[in-house]
Amino acid sequence: MTTLPQSTQKKLGLVIDLDTCVGCHACVVSCKGWNTENYGAPLSDQDAYGAEPSGTFLNRVHSYEVQPEVGPAQLIHFPKSCLHCDDAPCVTVCPTGASYKRQEDGIVLVNEDACIGCGLCAWACPYGAREMDQAAGVMKKCTLCVDRIYNENLPEEDRVPSCVRTCPSGARHFGDLADETSDVSLLVAARDGMDLMPELGTKPVNKYLPPRPKDVIPEFDILAPYLEPVATTQKGFLGWLDKALEKI
Amino acid sequence: MHPAGSVIIFTVASGLGFGLLTWLGLGLPNTVGWAAFWHYAVGFSLAGGGLLASTFHLGNPQRFLKAFSQWRSSWLSREGCLSVAAMAVLGLFAIGLIFFRVSWQPLGYIGAILAVLTIIATSMIYAQLKTVPRWNHWTTPILFLLLSLGGGALLAFQTLPGLLLLALAGGVQLLAWYLGDGRFQKSGTDIGTATGLGVLGKVRAFEPPHTGNNYLLKEMVHQVGRKHAVKLRFIAFIMMILIPIGLLIISHAVPIVVLALVLHVIGTFVQRWLFFAEAEHVVGLYYGKR
Repeated sequence: MTTLPQSTQKKLGLVIDLDTCVGCHACVVSCKGWNTENYGAPLSDQDAYGAEPSGTFLNRVHSYEVQPEVGPAQLIHFPKSCLHCDDAPCVTVCPTGASYKRQEDGIVLVNEDACIGCGLCAWACPYGAREMDQAAGVMKKCTLCVDRIYNENLPEEDRVPSCVRTCPSGARHFGDLADETSDVSLLVAARDGMDLMPELGTKPVNKYLPPRPKDVIPEFDILAPYLEPVATTQKGFLGWLDKALEKI
Repeated sequence: MHPAGSVIIFTVASGLGFGLLTWLGLGLPNTVGWAAFWHYAVGFSLAGGGLLASTFHLGNPQRFLKAFSQWRSSWLSREGCLSVAAMAVLGLFAIGLIFFRVSWQPLGYIGAILAVLTIIATSMIYAQLKTVPRWNHWTTPILFLLLSLGGGALLAFQTLPGLLLLALAGGVQLLAWYLGDGRFQKSGTDIGTATGLGVLGKVRAFEPPHTGNNYLLKEMVHQVGRKHAVKLRFIAFIMMILIPIGLLIISHAVPIVVLALVLHVIGTFVQRWLFFAEAEHVVGLYYGKR
């Protein structure tokens, strides 16, 4: 059923720390590796070894430059996958009921056997979280590794999404964001976790932790003013050249 | 948005088809026998042909029956249900007219209402998307409705209503272009809110996640051809609205109406191409594009 549940018992999701992400793309590779051989149709590639390779990914890492009003520009790596929104617009537009949000844990999934591949859910998603697999003709999206997190055949430390398990810098956290005492909720509260495009009213479950402000080294050396360069005009040949060019 | 041929054909053809079927359902023109047969044949082939064309862009069209199940929440599903209902009801009405030479008019009225609702549902598939600010506006359903009913009126040789509807459609089209050009800016969504980093400073897309192309860029960040948008708007408006209106003012003779209709349809194809090509999806912001 493509109507959204009134509320979900849990809100499983990711908290992504933009301060610690180093942009290594290990989560991208790990996600593709796990998800191409588990839940649903494989994540196909087209023209993989040709001139114009492309393929289906559930997680991609962008990089942005942020130029503050004062100070140097910052480079921020920005992993992006499905945000498992509370008000997921991708779910309600689905004509077949293939898209749904689970009442028990809030995960947004696609039942690939019912997907006609119309692509309307990808149009409705502001985040670019859904990609149509060009080989299978069905919509693919992050499952929050639903086949790992409840999988009792895996050791307990592996029962988290593949991207979280792989991240070498600890920039990705997984947990229940409905539980105010969970680690992820505490992290969001402590670091002012934010929503992406909050103005669109999608109420994303996944949160992003903004980069911490850069340290500013205060001027503490009392001798520093005496070490300022004194000469303001050039002397010698450069001085002559400067004057000569000025006169032209 | 990528202007896919199948979707352009679908919206233009089924729009015209359901526009014509609306007039036929109202009993305008009131024909029976062979004349009614040809009218309904044109209406059903356009409406049904358009729907068929729309299945060509599906990844798994063989599961289309499932698309009738989610009418409670999905405009696309509603569109499917309404179109089938409209064609079924008007099919019965047509059987009466063609084979028994009787007009079961209440059936016609119900069919006409269903046909109008189908056109509205089609337009709402686009108008509902907050992610495409240009479409997410009341002008979208009004324009689709006026163009469908106007074009349908020409097909049904209802020249005076056709003339008036095309004039109205022209006005709404100009308004839609005028307001549409500022909708993205007005939506308040930019690369700063998309990344949440806008509070820190000026955000610039530094490096995309991949060097190649992907589905998102192909489907939703179509930029090719927008450079001719202004010229195409002139072509679309002149052919879709101005010349047909001019011709209908001069004469209501059959060849003139047919000429007006042909030009109107060609103009509508250009208009519909622009409708998709000019629409900017917010996901482009993540790639520093519009």
